[in-house]
Amino acid sequence: MPTITYRDALNQALREEMQRDPDVFLMGEEVGVYQGAYKISRDLLDEFTERRVVDTPITELGFAGVGIGAAMAGLRPIVEFMTFNFALLALDQIVNSAAKMLYMSGGQIPVPIVFRGPGGPALQLGAQHSQALEAWFAHIPGLKVVAPATPADAKGLLKSSIRDNNPVVFIEGEMLYNMKGEVPEGEHLVPLGEADVKRVGADATIICHSKTVAPSLKAAEQLQSEHNIDCEVLDLRTIRPLDTEAIVASVSKTNRCVIVEEGWLFCGVGAQVVDEIQRGAFDYLDAPVLRVTGADVPMPYSKQLERLAKPTPDKIVNAVRQVAYVD
Amino acid sequence: MAQETQAVELDPSRTDLYRNLFRQMLLVRRFEEKAAEAYALGHIGGFCHLYIGQEAVAVGSLAVLREGDTIMASYREHAHALTRGMSARVVMAELYGKTTGTSKGKGGSMHLFDSSLGFLGGHAIVGAQIPLATGAAFAFKYKGSDQVSVCYFGEAAVNNGAFHEALNMAAIWKLPVIYICENNRYGMGTALERASAIYDIAQRACSYEMLSEVVDGMDVIAVMEATERAVARARGGSGPTLIEARTYRFMGHSMSDPIHGHYRSQEEVEEHKKRDPIPTFSERLKRQELLTQEEFDAMDAEIMAEVEDAMQFAEASSAPDSEELFTDVYAD
Repeated sequence: MPTITYRDALNQALREEMQRDPDVFLMGEEVGVYQGAYKISRDLLDEFTERRVVDTPITELGFAGVGIGAAMAGLRPIVEFMTFNFALLALDQIVNSAAKMLYMSGGQIPVPIVFRGPGGPALQLGAQHSQALEAWFAHIPGLKVVAPATPADAKGLLKSSIRDNNPVVFIEGEMLYNMKGEVPEGEHLVPLGEADVKRVGADATIICHSKTVAPSLKAAEQLQSEHNIDCEVLDLRTIRPLDTEAIVASVSKTNRCVIVEEGWLFCGVGAQVVDEIQRGAFDYLDAPVLRVTGADVPMPYSKQLERLAKPTPDKIVNAVRQVAYVD
Repeated sequence: MAQETQAVELDPSRTDLYRNLFRQMLLVRRFEEKAAEAYALGHIGGFCHLYIGQEAVAVGSLAVLREGDTIMASYREHAHALTRGMSARVVMAELYGKTTGTSKGKGGSMHLFDSSLGFLGGHAIVGAQIPLATGAAFAFKYKGSDQVSVCYFGEAAVNNGAFHEALNMAAIWKLPVIYICENNRYGMGTALERASAIYDIAQRACSYEMLSEVVDGMDVIAVMEATERAVARARGGSGPTLIEARTYRFMGHSMSDPIHGHYRSQEEVEEHKKRDPIPTFSERLKRQELLTQEEFDAMDAEIMAEVEDAMQFAEASSAPDSEELFTDVYAD
């Protein structure tokens, strides 16, 4: 199996799906001539021409709406946001048009569209360019929300998202683009709505997604070697629909749980996961569930402050030690 | 402007078309009068925005569309739905929130849809349908078809970003879309001149090097002809057009709003009612002996029976089953 980057895995998924279905096209800022702000769409313009790789003006609300309208008229658009920070300008179209059209029309008008682009805090980009917004989108019935953590999942989940008949918000890890991993060639589909056990363990479950999967795995190794705590690491992969069954199964087995995310604590993804756990695994819990999240502040610029604001392996280790009553 | 176009002689060989246009305007008027009655009786809930006074715009413009073309409108869209071919029964049933409605009672007055007619919705966020309709036009160009997308919105929508962003893209990509601004003078209670730096909305098209036209929105024939020109350009690959149809809303913004008050006087409303597109057109037809009073009376009686039937149909229809609450959230 070839080892490629998360970036190239996404590029492969786009190319393969555009080859497979002539109704699939890509639109967004700098996706064509510039080859993508993060080079996810590299070489696609050459292969598919400007008919199917469409550079847009900087008008997120407008081109999100154009994509949704094209989906209503029978196409399968992929709308790239240069980053999900800018998708906030398109929220009306994503929430009020894409998510609700099927319902408002009594089932007549599906909106098969993917909104994709990088999200999550990066390095010293300051408050407006560094935030994890999964929870915002996951709140909305009618949307699916996907956040892959590995190159293989990035490819398989993007291909499934493009084939899905619903609006899918596909949030890539901005800091994961250079991450390398083995990725199956050709037809590799990862179904939406299925979490993945990235490390099997018996003593505590670490639930995470996207960029927090790698630090969670690192923390698990440290906990094993330094504290003899055997952690299971469960990667949600899809935030909505949430794989409640996998969450409950893992926590029922380990009886202890820490939830990690880059987003803010208040009304975050982890808040929903805790709710599922208290209902589905109440009798199995040996300790309160703890959460490791981004600090409840706008992201600071200073390197020193920024480090304090993000989830790190150390913070995850400390949280697991607490739920294991080691401390 | 009104006097000029309304004075134009009608072509007697097109009498059937004229009568059909007249019938559609009258149907919309009678339907909405009946809807107002049902609203007052508490059969229709929520917001209900009437189009009374503006009928010539929807009826005139939709007359030139073909099967396969798509229509998107604002939340004031009963007229467009009926004129495009949805029956009075299913539209009324939707207003009643019944399972026989166009959206099985899940949409309501502001969200009428019929995909088989290319009617892609009433949309209730001001201006949101403008990018959406632009997207449908994008799809037609992408597929190489000669379908066109028609988009209706009020004059208040031109001040928001969605309008600007969408028209700019439609112009860059020469998309087959016709933007029809239904300028009824008021965004709820705010007069056009208090909200817009440019009074002539058609002038906005200059920003995008787009063709535009101002038309008397009280003259169904003038609206039809302007739309005909725009549709021909769009089908021929010459890109979008912005049509400003100057009309007037005789009712309040919605059923729960006053017809006149702080924002406009009763005298102003009465003055505009003299330009009512329905009697104006019937007088024109009668003057040229293309419609007799007897024919008018028979047509009106038939329409009254049609909307009465629609109301009874809606009343007799059942409310959606409780299982319907959770269907249609996601597609398979």
